[in-house]
Amino acid sequence: MAARYELKMGAATREAFGKALVELGRTDENVVVCDADLSKSTFTHLFGKEFPNRFFSCGIAEANMVSIGAGLAASGKIAFVASFSAFVLNKGFEQLRVNVAYSGVPLKVVGTHSGISIGEDGPSQMSVEDLSLACSLAGFTVLSPADEVAMFALVKAAAYHPGAVFIRAGRVKAPVIYGAEQEFVIGKGIQLTEGNDLTFISTGLLVAECLRAAETLAAEGIAARVIDLHTIKPLDRELIAKAAAETGCIVVAEEHLVDSGLGVRVAQVVGETNPCVMEFHGVQNTYAESGLPEEVMEKYKMTAKDIVVTARKALARKKG
Amino acid sequence: MKKTSDLSELQSIARTVRRDIIEMIGAAKSGHPGGSLSAVEILVTLYFDVLQHDPANPAWPQRDRFILSKGHAAPVLYSVMAEAGYTPKDQLNTLRRIGSIYQGHPDRRFIPALETSTGSLGVGLSVGLGMAEAARLDKSPSRTYVVLGDGEIQEGQIWEAAMYAGFHKVDNICAILDNNRIQLDGWVKDIMGLDPLPEKWASFGWHVIVVDGHDIVALQAAFAEAAATKGKPTILIANTVKGKGVSFMEDNPKYHGVAPTKEEVELALKEIG
Repeated sequence: MAARYELKMGAATREAFGKALVELGRTDENVVVCDADLSKSTFTHLFGKEFPNRFFSCGIAEANMVSIGAGLAASGKIAFVASFSAFVLNKGFEQLRVNVAYSGVPLKVVGTHSGISIGEDGPSQMSVEDLSLACSLAGFTVLSPADEVAMFALVKAAAYHPGAVFIRAGRVKAPVIYGAEQEFVIGKGIQLTEGNDLTFISTGLLVAECLRAAETLAAEGIAARVIDLHTIKPLDRELIAKAAAETGCIVVAEEHLVDSGLGVRVAQVVGETNPCVMEFHGVQNTYAESGLPEEVMEKYKMTAKDIVVTARKALARKKG
Repeated sequence: MKKTSDLSELQSIARTVRRDIIEMIGAAKSGHPGGSLSAVEILVTLYFDVLQHDPANPAWPQRDRFILSKGHAAPVLYSVMAEAGYTPKDQLNTLRRIGSIYQGHPDRRFIPALETSTGSLGVGLSVGLGMAEAARLDKSPSRTYVVLGDGEIQEGQIWEAAMYAGFHKVDNICAILDNNRIQLDGWVKDIMGLDPLPEKWASFGWHVIVVDGHDIVALQAAFAEAAATKGKPTILIANTVKGKGVSFMEDNPKYHGVAPTKEEVELALKEIG
């Protein structure tokens, strides 16, 4: 099955975000965008160039930007605010909580340069806690698309989603997983491979690594199911419960602190539905470091071969 | 709601609002009387004279926006909103009780006519800027008014917003600083002094009007000047007295966040008249 996925390298999800914004801007003049002096990195500059009057350059002031975005959204605009995840969530968290979540405002928040794969810039710019922070905002929907196709579609879906949304985007180019025909529905995960020996549940860049890990295991006769949860909140409970029941073994892999991200959220659903063996693969209780993205990912065990090691541990436990 | 520019009518409403504040906080046995009483004339002048709004149609897109950024002064806002007809007046004394629409701080889940929920200081001016920017984009005549506390502007985000508004010439926003000179822990000048206030705001590109925040005629003139000021945001530095109208609360830091006792309520109501 996994052979179906010849993972050709595609664009970075942040670039797909920027392109989706432009398309939204062309079809809907109600769409506005705020950025905090990172527009060339977040790709919102594409929108700003084409629609300068609908682009609000807020300077290096993320808190103010989030609140301005909340005011725009409260006045009926489809408002996006964007920065690095590390900045928009950490510096804007109070504003996301009070002006957006608590005030019930449907702001769209996009954090780029998430995870540790940003590489050279190092940990001050790396967001390894963004999913946790975003999920802790009551009423928020949290998205983490795995490739450019998913990002493009989900940005457009988020624009017309009635509530507040956080979208996680990455800096580096992402392997293309989906064909243009793929449908994306907020809240519905996507099962990419069949298999009943174990389930890989992942999100973002590590979905591709899980597909590769599944390929490795397939060569040994182990059939792994791979699920992409592009929606971290609300979770696709049905898909998770089914995988738990049918495979009895789940490995969650994410480019995020392992004890506060997707894994613990999936574990909650598994615990409430069909308890089974689970293992969690992610960034351990630490901050990463500078280096080439692939070096950083390798050193902090974010590659397919590392995920295979975790999978073997899970399979051994399942066997008993 | 009947709008009026008449001084004696506005003064009469202000007296009612002061009574409401004392009764509400007295009944709740907790709350912030001092900073509610200092803002009475500001809110009464806005809600009954200056604001373009319609309590019967709170979602009217071209309405003026009002944000009480110093959300702990909720009682003054609840009273004017009730007097204006947005919310039931006979429930004011349920302030802070479970299930009441009159939550401890303004909560738009309970009062949808609120533009935003407030209570955490320092963020309201920025939200107002977003609303002002939306109005400019839509070429709407809507203006946005944000009431700030003086202690509140110790928050850094206020100055991010001040910088943005000045630089981007957001002239459809008007901030009103309730300069009552007292914050929770004591006098502002002893905790984190703000002087020179007018110069600070002017240097951020704002048109500054210093006004007696209890003089309704002066406030009316200041709001008119703000609306006529183009190319710059305006701030009214409204010099006020914390606890205004109740002798034992005036200029008394104790009554920032302490409710009057039953006896004090009676005494206060007698003084207000």
